[in-house]
This record gives sequence, structure tokens and C-alpha cells, in this order.
Amino acid sequence: MAEQTQNFTIEQFYKYVGQKKLMGGKCLNCGKVHLPPRPLCDKCLSTKFEWIELPQTGTLLTYTVIHVAPTQFQHLAPYAVGIVQLENGVRIPGMIKNTPLDNIRIGMKLKVEFEETPTAQQQQWPQWPRYYFVPY
Amino acid sequence: MKGKPLASIVSAGLSKFGKLEGLYAREIFAQAAKEAYERCPRLDPKKDIKALFIGHMGESYEHQGHTGATAADWAGLLHVPAIRTEAACSSSGAALRAAVFAIASGLCDVVMAGGVEKMTHRSTPEVTEFLAMASDFPFEQWHGITFPGLFALMATAHMHKYGTTEAQLAHVAVKNHHNGSLNPKAHMQKEITLEQALSSRVIAWPLKLFDCSLITDGASCLILTKPEIAKKYTDTPVHIIGTGQASDTIGLYEREDFTSLRAAKLAAKQAYEMADVKPEDIDVAEVHDCFTIAEIIAYEDLGFCKPGEGGRLAENGETSLKGRIPVNTSGGLKAKGHPVGATGTAQAYEIYLQLTGQADKRQVDDAEIGLTHNVGGSGATATVHIYIRG
Ligand SMILES: CC(C)(COP(=O)(O)OP(=O)(O)OC[C@H]1O[C@@H](n2cnc3c(N)ncnc32)[C@H](O)[C@@H]1OP(=O)(O)O)[C@@H](O)C(=O)NCCC(=O)NCCS
Ligand SMILES: [Zn+2]
Repeated sequence: MAEQTQNFTIEQFYKYVGQKKLMGGKCLNCGKVHLPPRPLCDKCLSTKFEWIELPQTGTLLTYTVIHVAPTQFQHLAPYAVGIVQLENGVRIPGMIKNTPLDNIRIGMKLKVEFEETPTAQQQQWPQWPRYYFVPY
Repeated sequence: MKGKPLASIVSAGLSKFGKLEGLYAREIFAQAAKEAYERCPRLDPKKDIKALFIGHMGESYEHQGHTGATAADWAGLLHVPAIRTEAACSSSGAALRAAVFAIASGLCDVVMAGGVEKMTHRSTPEVTEFLAMASDFPFEQWHGITFPGLFALMATAHMHKYGTTEAQLAHVAVKNHHNGSLNPKAHMQKEITLEQALSSRVIAWPLKLFDCSLITDGASCLILTKPEIAKKYTDTPVHIIGTGQASDTIGLYEREDFTSLRAAKLAAKQAYEMADVKPEDIDVAEVHDCFTIAEIIAYEDLGFCKPGEGGRLAENGETSLKGRIPVNTSGGLKAKGHPVGATGTAQAYEIYLQLTGQADKRQVDDAEIGLTHNVGGSGATATVHIYIRG
């Protein structure tokens, strides 16, 4: 698997999301875990990676509630988005759902879920499934 | 004498900023060019100007790319080498830097740098979508994060870490609206109160309507020469003595710190060192207040105060017209408006007016050294320039 560097792509990350997995690319040379995965390690320039499953729980570092949304998300507004630090330190942004917006706080514990039906549909490319966060 | 002049501004032009109905970007750019030509009667634009560098962020607005050639033609400069620079909201900060390189390399004696954007004919959801293209598509846009949303993420983090308040953010808006009310070219020329700002509708919490820059049409340009020939064109040139630019991750989430922009700090360090100038030497600055929190972070990144003290600097009036270091005397992106591609050179236009004593009601007394700070996206690009009266 480590030889297939061409697979450490964003496209492949979202294929895993479709299988309800949150995966990162771990550099086999320096150990850095990349999210998104990349074909070239930004730290040591190595091209050798392996996929690792990322923890599905983390802490909210910062958030906002979006009221004025782009066209495809208008039907959801107002909605919360935040940046979550997973248990292994990797940071990832996403929507925060299943909670009253007023209850969201920096430092709260969140876990990853995967959507069954698309939050917002694109007409053409891409058709990536989404993950999101909920309190636990 | 501070750092060595790299290039000299001998003239500058700015279109009216606002909702310019029925005009196409190239036509707005022609307005800016015309003003620059009129200000500099000793210049023969067709003969003297040897290149155009123009900032323009989005083809989507007018279904029109290839802005370099088009803008050159409409500015009466057909056949000059012309290219567009794109670095999101710092597109024309990058154009200015390219122009400085062209002059400093010795290859060109006189060049034009500028920028343009036509936005207001599109609906707000469309503009929101087009602007978001300057953020990370797969992890930010894909999850519904907007531009106001990215800066709101920084604001929430800044408030949490330093105790910055919504009222301090609102002070930035009140100040910039006041300055805008003194600028006849500003998009919004009305004063606002703190209460108005604080009670305006939420766009991306904690950012409200008056924390956001405007969706604006406009264009700006500068004419730059080699320093040794500047006096041939004007008795009052402004020299550029420092330039800096840096990049960062496209995604905000990949950065160590959400309360500071690393690229802006790096760009500022380069520019300060090159100019041999310290933050306390700056008499007047135009900073990238795309959102009020961005101005507060800019104070900190540029060294006008310590990290975490930006909110208080605004609240205490230290950056107002009569304050210790006036910031955004033009009204900033908040009130003058933010036609994204035009902003970088529009900031330089204001500094040019200030350092040549032409800023009228918003003139800062005896301004000698100025600075511009232009940020692209959520901080994946930043350019900083330092200017001195010639
Ligand atoms: C904040 C924002 C969403 C408001 O747009 P909107 O909801 O469509 O507002 P409208 O255009 O309908 O304007 C409604 C009123 O608010 C005013 N207004 C609009 N934007 C304003 C702003 N940013 N500040 C103050 N007043 C504003 C309008 O002039 C209008 O006033 P009127 O009713 O007296 O004529 C929009 O200005 C915006 O997206 N700004 C940020 C732009 C941005 O992100 N730039 C890139 C930064 S990197
Ligand atoms: Zn590595």
C-alpha cells in the first residue's frame, strides 16, 4: 500500500468517508499524519505513506454560526461550523449538528458522524459524501 | 534616510467605489487610469508606460478572464505587456509587488500597477460563493464555510483567548465609517453608532453586518518609476522602501494559531527589515479590514501593539484619525468598500494621498512614512509595503 503514492488523495479520503471512515495519510519517513492526505510530505518531502484510521472524537477549537450562506447551503442556514482537534492532534473543519446552536462552546467534546443523505447536492463534480460533528 | 527606494509612485488613480450600475470592470479601470494620467501631466502614458500588472480575483462575476490585456486596452495602453495577478483579496498587492520587481530589476523605467473588481450586479449568495473560492474547496467550502465564516472562526478564537469583545470589534467599524464619511470616493459615506453596529443582524456569529466589508465595484492604479527618474514626472513622489509577501496553508484549520496570520507577520518582517523601519515609525497605515476582527489581528501582526491588545487599541481610539497611529483613514474595506482585486492598490492610493498631503479632510498631520497590509483569503497570502515621502 505504501508504494501506491497516487492514492493519497482527497478523492480517496472522501471515498473512505463514504465507507464511514475518517482516514489520514501517515508519512512513513517522518511520521507526520496528514489531513488531507498529500502525495508529497510538506515536512520531509517523502512520498511514502500509509493510511491510518483517525480517531472519531475530539475537542472544538473554534466555531461560528453561519446566517448568510452560499447558494447550495441557504436552506440550512443558520448552521454551525467549527474546527475540531481530534484526539491525535489532527485538525479538521466541519458542520456541528444535533445541538441547539446556543449550546455550542469552545472546548466541548464532539464525535464524527457520516451523513446518510447529502447535506447539499452539487449538480456536477464532485459528489463527495460529508462527515459532520455531534456532541457526545 | 531610511531604506533605499525600490520604486517611486509618481501618480495614482481611483474610480468611485460603490454600486456602479451598468459598468463593466474594464470601464471602471479606465476611470482609475484617467485620474492617474490627469494627476501627472508630465507623463505621456502611451509612450512612457512599459508594462501593466493588474490584480483581479474572479472571472465568475462577469464571465470574463484575461484581464491583463483587456484592462491595458481600455486604459489606452494597447500592446503593452500586461498580466493579471491573482492572490484572492491581495491580488493587487501582488500586482504592486510585481511592478516593484519590474522596476527594481532595471528592465522597466515606468510601469502601471492596479486592480479591479465588479461585484454588485450579482446576488449576495452568488458573491458569497465566488468569494469562497479563495478558501479551501474540499474541506471549507464543501462543509458550508463562507468568508465571513472563516473570519468569524478567528474572531471566536480571539475572543476566547484574549477576551476581545464584540464592542471592541464594533469600535473598528465606527472608526472606519467615520473615516469613510470624509472620503468622497467611499462606497458608504455615513457615520454609524456603536449601538447600530452591535445590534445589526448576524452574518456569521460573532460577526454582524457592520463587522463585514462591503460588496463593491471599483478600480485603482498607480504609476511607478525608477526612483532616479521620479522627479522628471512629479515634484512629490512617494518612494516604496519595503516590500514583503508570504504564503500559508489555504485551509485555516491546518494552521497552528487562529488568532494571528503567519503570512502577514512574515511579510511585515521582510518589509520592515528592507525599509529599515520599525512599527513605531509608521505615521499612517491602510490594513486589510475585510472584517473588523481582521483589523484587530492586523494591529497585532504588524507590531502596532502586543498580541491580544488589538481590541483595546481600537477601543481607546489609538488608531483613529487623531490617534497615535491612524489606521484606514480611507474608510478601509469596511466603509470605502472592497472590490477585492482593486483593494491592494487602492490602499496604496490612500497612502500616496496621505504622504503627498492630498488627503483633504482626513489628512494625517505631517505623515512621512506609510504602510499597506493586504491579505488574500483567510491569510494564505499577505503582502506588506512601506512607503516614504520623496
Ligand atoms: C454582509 C453581507 C452579507 C450583506 O449583504 P446582504 O445581506 O445582501 O445585504 P444587502 O446588500 O441586501 O444590503 C442591505 C442593507 O445593508 C447595507 N449593507 C450591506 N452590506 C453592508 C456592510 N457590509 N456593512 C454595512 N452595511 C451594509 C446595504 O447598503 C443595505 O442598506 P439599505 O437597505 O440602506 O440600502 C455582504 O455585504 C458581504 O458578504 N460582505 C462581506 C464581503 C466579503 O466577504 N468580502 C471578502 C472578504 S475577504
Ligand atoms: Zn514526512
